[in-house]
Parts: sequence; C-alpha cells; structure tokens
Amino acid sequence: MSGVPILSLMLLVPLLGAVACFFAEAKLARTIALVATLVNLALGIAMWASFDVGGAQWQFTERADLFGSFQWALGIDGIALMLIMLSVFLMPICILASASIEKRVGEYMAAFLFMEVLMVGTFAAQDLFLFYIFFEAGLIPMYLIIGIWGGADRIYASYKFFLYTLLGSVLMFIAMLWMVNVAGTSDIPTLMQYDFPVDAQTWLWLAFFASFAVKMPMWPVHTWLPAAHVQAPTAGSVILAGVLLKLGGYGFIRFSLPMFPEASAQLAWLVFALSMVAVVVTSLIALVQHDMKKLIAYSSVAHMAIVTAGLFAFNVQGLEGAMIVMLSHGLVSGALFLCVGVIYDRLHTREIDRYGGLSINMPKYALFFLLFTMASIGLPGTSGFVGEFLSLAGIYQASSWVAFVCTTGIILGAAYMLYLYRRVAFGEQKNADAAAMPDLSVREWVMLGPIAAAVLWMGVYPESFMAPMRADIAALDARLASARPEGDARLWIGEPAPVVEEEAHGGAH
Amino acid sequence: MSTSILIIVFAPLVAALIAGLGNRMIGNLPAKLVTTAGLFIACALSWPIFLGFVAGTETATVVPVLDWVRSGTMEFDWALRVDTLTAVMLVVITSVSALVHLYSWGYMDEDPDQPRFFAYLSLFTFAMLMLVTADNLVQMFFGWEGVGLASYLLIGFWFKKPSANAAAIKAFVVNRVGDLGFMLGIFGTFLVFQTTSIPEILAASPAMAGVSHITFMSMRLDTMTILCLLLFVGAMGKSAQLGLHTWLPDAMEGPTPVSALIHAATMVTAGVFMVCRLSPMFEAAPIALYVVTFVGAATCLFAATVGTTQWDIKRVIAYSTCSQLGYMFFAAGVGAYGAAMFHLFTHAFFKALLFLGAGAVIHAMHHEQDMRFYGGLRKKIPITFWAMMAGTLAITGVGVYDLGVGFAGFFSKDAIIEVAFASGSEMGLFAFWVGVFAALLTSFYSWRLMFLTFWGKPRWAASEHIQHAIHDAHGHDGVHDTHGHGHEEDNAPAQEHAGEDAHHHAPDPDHGEGTGGYHPHESPWVMLIPLVILSIGAVAAGYVFKEAFLDEAAFWNGSIAYNEALMHAMHEVPWWVKNVALLVMLLGLLTAWYGYIRNTRFPAQVADQLGPIYKFVFNKWYFDELYNYVFVKPSFWLGRVFWQRGDIGLIDRFGPDGSALVVEKGALFAKKVQSGYLYSYALVMLLGLVAAISWVIFR
Repeated sequence: MSGVPILSLMLLVPLLGAVACFFAEAKLARTIALVATLVNLALGIAMWASFDVGGAQWQFTERADLFGSFQWALGIDGIALMLIMLSVFLMPICILASASIEKRVGEYMAAFLFMEVLMVGTFAAQDLFLFYIFFEAGLIPMYLIIGIWGGADRIYASYKFFLYTLLGSVLMFIAMLWMVNVAGTSDIPTLMQYDFPVDAQTWLWLAFFASFAVKMPMWPVHTWLPAAHVQAPTAGSVILAGVLLKLGGYGFIRFSLPMFPEASAQLAWLVFALSMVAVVVTSLIALVQHDMKKLIAYSSVAHMAIVTAGLFAFNVQGLEGAMIVMLSHGLVSGALFLCVGVIYDRLHTREIDRYGGLSINMPKYALFFLLFTMASIGLPGTSGFVGEFLSLAGIYQASSWVAFVCTTGIILGAAYMLYLYRRVAFGEQKNADAAAMPDLSVREWVMLGPIAAAVLWMGVYPESFMAPMRADIAALDARLASARPEGDARLWIGEPAPVVEEEAHGGAH
Repeated sequence: MSTSILIIVFAPLVAALIAGLGNRMIGNLPAKLVTTAGLFIACALSWPIFLGFVAGTETATVVPVLDWVRSGTMEFDWALRVDTLTAVMLVVITSVSALVHLYSWGYMDEDPDQPRFFAYLSLFTFAMLMLVTADNLVQMFFGWEGVGLASYLLIGFWFKKPSANAAAIKAFVVNRVGDLGFMLGIFGTFLVFQTTSIPEILAASPAMAGVSHITFMSMRLDTMTILCLLLFVGAMGKSAQLGLHTWLPDAMEGPTPVSALIHAATMVTAGVFMVCRLSPMFEAAPIALYVVTFVGAATCLFAATVGTTQWDIKRVIAYSTCSQLGYMFFAAGVGAYGAAMFHLFTHAFFKALLFLGAGAVIHAMHHEQDMRFYGGLRKKIPITFWAMMAGTLAITGVGVYDLGVGFAGFFSKDAIIEVAFASGSEMGLFAFWVGVFAALLTSFYSWRLMFLTFWGKPRWAASEHIQHAIHDAHGHDGVHDTHGHGHEEDNAPAQEHAGEDAHHHAPDPDHGEGTGGYHPHESPWVMLIPLVILSIGAVAAGYVFKEAFLDEAAFWNGSIAYNEALMHAMHEVPWWVKNVALLVMLLGLLTAWYGYIRNTRFPAQVADQLGPIYKFVFNKWYFDELYNYVFVKPSFWLGRVFWQRGDIGLIDRFGPDGSALVVEKGALFAKKVQSGYLYSYALVMLLGLVAAISWVIFR
C-alpha cells in the first residue's frame, strides 16, 4: 500500500468532474466526463494491479475522524475491488453511450459522474453510516437520470422506485442505529466479526433484507425494475443493471451474511423460496415481452435470483458463483442494454416486432448481440457459465430441490433470449426503416468491444477475477461454518439406515 | 503427440475465427481455404494417433492447456485427454468434418454467405473436439454446449426462413432440457466424489456401487443410479433419444452438409460417447443401465417406424439416425461399450455418406426433397447412385456371417444384436427382439428410399421446385436465388396436411414421361470425392476394424469398461441369432421391392388399411403436438398470467399503486409543499441523513 489515498482520489476525480460538467456547455461536458471516467478507470486498474492477493483482508484503508464518532473510513477487500472495477469499467462506456442525449448535457454528465462517486463510495465505505449515505444517495442521481432524461412515463417509474426503496431504507437505518448502539462501533470490519444475539439477529436481518431485497430486486418487490429500465436512457439502464443491481448482493455478502450468520441460516428458506419463484416466474414473464428492455429487465430478476440463492447456499462455490454471476451480469446485461440502445438510437422504438433480419444489414452488431445473448444464457466459455455453474453447484449442496428449480432457468433463459434474438436479428427484413439501419459505428465498437473481451476473459480464465476474492470468500465461509445448515442432498455410505448412520457419515466424502 | 493434439483441436478454432471474423473482408475463397485446410491438417494428424492406438504403440496422455476454475474444493482445468476412446472420436470427427468441408465447396457454391458457413462448421468441429478430449465433466459440458451453439447456428443458417429459425431454437431448448440433467448430474457427482475429474470419478465409482445412498429432491436413492440417470438425461437430449428426440428431424432445416456432419456422424453421437466415457460409472449402476437399454431400444423402434412413412428424403435419414443411436445405447446398456463405439464409428461413415448422397440428389433435383417427386435417377446421377448404394448396403447390414464378409454396418449392428442376446438379461432379450424388428424396418425404409429415388419412372414434373427450375431456365436466365432463401420450403407438400391423404397426392407414376423436360446433373467433383471416400469407409470400415473394437481389451486399454466375458459370449450365440439380421434385411428388401417397384399401389392400400395406425406413425406419434400443448403453449400462457395478473394485477395494484393511492389521499397537503416525487425522495433522504449525523454526533 503506497501513501496515495487512491480510494479518496477515485471519489474526488469524478466529483470534480461532476462540478465542472455542471457548469460546462454540452461539448466540453462530454469531454470532461469521458476524461474523468477514464482517469478513474486508470486509477482502478492501478489499484487492481497493486492489490495484494493473499495479503491483508482490508487494503488501501484510509481513516480520518470527521466529527463525533463519524469517520471517513475507506478500504476494500477483494469483493469490493471487483465491484469497484466493474463500476469504473462501465462508466466510460456509459458516457460514450450517451451521445444521443441532447437535453441539458452538462447536468446529465454531472449526474453520471456524481453517481460514480457514490457507487465507488458504497463499495469502499468502511463505516456503517458512511455506507448508508453512499448507498441511499446513489439512487438520487439515478432518479434524476430517469426523471429528466427518461421516456414518456418517467415520473411513474421513478415514483414506483421511490415507494419500494423508502420502506427498506427506513428499516435498515433503524437497524443500523440499534447495531451501533449495541456493538459500540460503526466500523464495518469490526461489525463483521461481532456476534449479535441470535434473537436480535432475526429482526436485524429482516430489516436489512427489506432494503437489499428491493435493490436486488427479488420477487415480489421487483416490479420497479422493468418500469425503471424502460424509462431510463440507455446509459442509465446500463448503470442500473450493471452496478446498482449489485448493491443488494453486495449488501447481503457484506452485512447480512457475516453480521447475522445464524439469522441468515434460519431464514435461508425464505431467500430460497423467493429465488425459486423468481427464476421460474420472471423467466416465463420474459418470454412474453414485446419490449426489449422489459425482457432484459425481467431476465435480470431471474439472474439475480441465482445470486441470492447462491449466497445463501452457505458454501464457497455458492458465494464465489454468486459474485461471478454479479460481475458477469453487470457486464452482460449492461452490454445487452447497450445493444438495445444501438438500435433504439436508430429507430427510436424498443418494440421487438419493429425489427427483424438485422443480421443482414448489421452483421457486426448481430455478432456482438449473439455473444451477449449466449453469455446471458450461460454458454460455457462466457462469463455467464462460470458464475451460474458455480452458484448452482453450491446451491445443490444446500438443497437439491432449489438447485433443480433454479437450473430450469437455463432452459427458460435459452427460450426467451433465443426467441428475442430470432425476432431481432433473424427472419426477413420486414420493416424498410429497420433494414436501412447502418452497422456499428466506431464509437459503438469501442463501447461493445471491451465488454465482449471481458466476458470471454471471465469465461475462459476467471482466475483473474476470482483470485482477489478467494481469501475474503474463505473468511466468510469460515464465519458461516458454525451456522451452516445441513444440505438435503446428503450422502450415506454403507447400509441404508436413515437415522442411525447420521452421526457416522455426515456430509459429503 | 501432445503437439499434434493441440494442433488438431485448435486449428479448427483458429480457422473458424479467421473465416468468421474476416467474413466479407477476406472473401469466399480464403475463408473456405483456411477452414478446409485446417480440417485436413487435423485429420492428417488424427489418423496416426488412432492407428498408433490400434497398433498399441500409443499410450493415454493428458495435455494441460490452462487453469480454468478454482473454487474451494472444486477445481477444473482446460486440458486435452487422448486415449483410445478419444482417438476413435478424433478420426471420426476430423475425417467426416474434413470431407464435409470439401463437399460444401460444391454444395454451398451459390450461397452468398459462405465464410459464415465454413466458420460455423469449423467452430463446431472445435467444440466437438473439446468434448471428446475432455478430462473433466465441466470441459465435456463446454464442448457439449459448444456443439449445441454451432448446431443452433447451422440449423438456422438460412435465417430468413421461419421454419429454420424455429427448428434452431427448438434444437437448443430441447437440448437444454437434457443439459438440466447433465448439470445436476455434475453437481451430484461433485457432491459425492468432491471432484469433476473423469479419471478420479471412474476410479472411485466401483466402491460406491450399491453401498451408498443420496437424497435427491426428497427421494432417497442409490447414489450411482441417480447420478448416472441424471447424466443420461443429458445424453438423451444430445443424442435425440425418445422423449427428447423431437428436435432432430426438425434440424434437417439446416443445409445438408450440416445434417451429415452434426446430425448424423458426430454431435448426436456425443451422448453415446458420454456413456462410454463414463462406462465404469454406469457399470456401478445396474438400474441405470437397464434404463439406458430400455430407452435405447424404445428409440430404436420408434424412430424406425416413423422412418418407414416419411416422404422427405432427409427426414427418412434423420429418423434412421435416431434409430441407429438407439442401437448404440442399448449396446452400451447391456455392457457392450466396445460394440456401441464400433457402431458409432461405422455409422459415422455410412450415415454421413447417406446424407451427403441425399444432398447430391437434392442438388441434382433443384432442391426438391420429397421422394414422391424423384424416381428413375439411377442412370442420371450414377456416381451418386452407387455411393448411396454403398451406404444403403452398409446401413441395412448386408453381409454373411459364415463367410465373414459384409459391409460396415453388418459387423457393427450384428454385434449389437448378438450381444444383446448374449447378455442374457430380460432387458437384453427385449432389446434383442426390438433390435431385430428395427433391423427389418431399417432395411425396408432404406430400400424404400433407394427405390423411390433411383428406380421407377421419373415423377419430377409435378415438383414445384423442378418447375421453378425449368421456368427459371427459360425465363430469367437463372437469376434465381437457389439456396434456401425463402421460397423453396414453402411449396414442398406440408407434412401436416400430408397426414390424411399423402398417398393420394403421390403423382401417378404411370402418367407420361414425368421428367417435365428437366435434366438432373451429377454433382461437381468436390462433392463426389467425399462420397467416394466415405463409400470406401462404408464398405470396409467394419471388416478392417472389427477385431480391434470388439475383441481386444488391449485396444481399449481401460478407456472404457470392457466386459471380456460378454464379448466372448457374443461369439457363442446360436446360429440363428447370428443370421437373423441377414434374414430380416432380405425380408425388408423384398417388401420394399414389392411395394415400390412391383406393385406401386400396394403401400397406399396398406396405409388405407391401417388407417389410424398409419396416421399415428406418419405424424411421428404426435410428440410435437403433445409437447406443444403440454409445454410450449402453457409456458406462454403462464408468462402472460404471471405478468398481467401477477405483476400488474396483484403486486403493483396492492403494492406501489395501492400505497400511492393512500399516500395521495392522506397527504394532500404534502403534495402542495413538494411537487414531484423526486424531490420528496430527496427530502426523505435528507431527513434521514440529518437524523443519522445528529445521532452520531450527539449520542
């Protein structure tokens, strides 16, 4: 760790950029935003490069007392590192994807940069209240982006989001106050080791769950997501799907699981049940969508259900798989929204039936779209497979029922994504205007190319992404060990005697 | 060997990338050259390895490539494993693929999208090679899904055709149903053995047999049985076994070279390969083997019955493939993995030959695929005819046991029928009788195909394709769009309607010349050379390799479970068992000859007599209709219900919209203070933050 407060710097750069953009005129604002996000990406890469895999759990820590017991406490572990990398990686792409924004460009760019500050802050915060501020405030720029630069029905969408989020936030905030009061500290690493009384854990867990389940989003509190996606501009959707949906998962892995392991074990059934319903129900809903963005939004809910089920499988494969699904989904669904944006910019409709036969006039686009479709389906060799496979393998060890139901997602996922792809890229060119659309421009290449490379990289050699997280997952797994529920898929060796054999041969061999 | 295996596997990938990404930039010829050259190199390197194993000079090796995943105790890498079983698959895949690449130079000559086609073919070959060289179950799954992707892309190659798109999606999704089983099987295997490495699993399997139990979905089951059954579900999907077979006939929407390579010779045999690769595991699960035998036998029979009634030349061969895969599975099921692999090996050659031959016929007949519009082609396309003849003699198993001579299929299929009898189990006997009956049907439908196509009088004039060709030749000087773009499928007699009165529609063979002035041409040499080479395989592959595959445990060298006693018993079966296959073959030939040459009204009369039974068989036992009503339609219906009634009608109504109403009614004055919800959210946030900070400061 060098003396450079790199995390603070990563907050400062976009913050200064945001202020500058706010006052700059359109063209300049675009440049500033692009430069600021690229600088942050460079800082992120530098941080990743100097991250000591296998070293201290918390690295790049910064501590500064502000007032009272409120601390400017930053620091990351491997999990946070990967999520920060995801954020800073997607940001410049989002700026590039905003070329079609004409209205109030300066403010738009400022909102995006401000959001980057808050996202990085959320993942880097080591103080409970600092986290809360970043976590909740991060949604304000999102609101503005949907509410000002969104589609026709934007007010309803942002409003729906607000109602869902409100209740969860309030409950989580109350729980945080209680926790700090009992534990006597708001330091997250300390709290992650603190053993709260088991009966209190349940309530605390539920309060956090209320907030994280909405952010995830889990069924049945997911209906804000399709609405928000449909109304958001392309870049807004990318960030929403790419990063904001990861806040819930990050919350579970940072707070719910390590801080309330017993409650997590007791309530895993709830998570499993909601996840199973989500996989099947939202996949089926995705099958009948006519709006591209809605379809991908519903598919996100199904993918996130694999994350939640994987997290609550209480084993290494489940946890690591869930993390990889999150990273992969961030890339893939972000890319899918970009793909929608590319053709939306040309034809100004998200109606699937207005397209068709795009393989003919946009072959390069069709190739990218195919790659991301396959990654979304979880084709081995892409990032989607590694995550899905590991988390489902983890889930199977916890419950073969849950694993079975969640794995049906691979059938339904293939059905709705291929059905989408067929209607957009294959078939006859039935609409003259769609048939006249030009193929990818250089700018669009620059947007999609890096994501495609990352998706394949993560699929073929995920070690680069898993190595930094390994020690943290192992620590979490050890923390959960005492509370880990027995899996249903137990193995008995010897004579079949269900009850007697239990103490002799528990678990897998 | 390690260098050559790396080249064998990765040359097709590199070629696919060059051709696919280069596409129109590099043009047709370079794309075709690089892919075809890649495959011929791979093929040239594969045969020495295979022959080395036959001679016993090669030993099994594993070539590590790259780390893949490390997650807790779950570790798997990219690695290439070569042993006897892999070597067999290597020659099958690279040989057929190389020949199909070459053949496609001619067949796809007029297609505007050739680089894409060749890129897909090479990509497929790469994935298939990754599958057969896998050292762990996950890499096998990678290849498994990779070939699925390539199959999807190639079935839907003519992506303007709705039927091709539907078939492509169907193939992928039905395969995914199988993959569900495969994935759960891998998870279960990992849970039990704590590894996904195939050698380690196989080594540990025998110790598990019959002494361990596992709970799967609240059922307590024998460990090896449930694991093998789950994995077998995957095999059923890929190898189109009864229940998950519906995608294969539809897959014929793809160009014919694709059908030959993917849907006959290689990909669909992946399931058989998997069972053989995991044979020590299956040996530890007798009940699972019973199921394998039963499913194999049932598919064998089912597909053969359907094959006898179809009119589309490619569909006949597709059902034939399905049926032959059934043979391979029940051979594996009774424990004769060597026989299963032998049939896989010979089948690859003669079935690829039949498909490519059918492609040459279709090519000659201006894309007409309905055999009712063929006839009398023997003299017009003689080389194609003789190649098809070799294939037919091979598939029907022509050969004489006592003389020890026969075509490729004779040695492999007879071995399967005999070994099923020799196994002595009830299920084995069932499979034996089914196998014999299916052999009768095989002979009948194969000869039916030959007689309808090559004998009799020409019936071409009634074909709209042919008329189109004649019309084009006179009219627009050949500016037509030959390869499958849109128009060509539409005017083929629709299968659905053909159900009731197909035989009435058949053109009257006695009527006039029937040629309509059309002159079929023999295909170009690039198409004929593969036919000739494969013909050699169809004639000789059985005789040359029968000892190695069937009788030499040393050849397999532990790469499959080899049951010496069973293979010995196979040679000891009664005389009539050894000759029953020849007998039913002659019976089938005779029936086909009577029905399609001697008395051409006979089949229609039989069909009329059988009425509903004929309809049932002709409509493929109504599997498609059943699945449509049980799975497809309800899925869409449920999707709409969950969306409109669930999300909108219930969750939104009582969730955000409902509470919105309450908020609106209850806090009208608040709305006056703050207009717009964004600001109200910000206000709440602000209040929260103020509360938080004050609490932190003043507590």
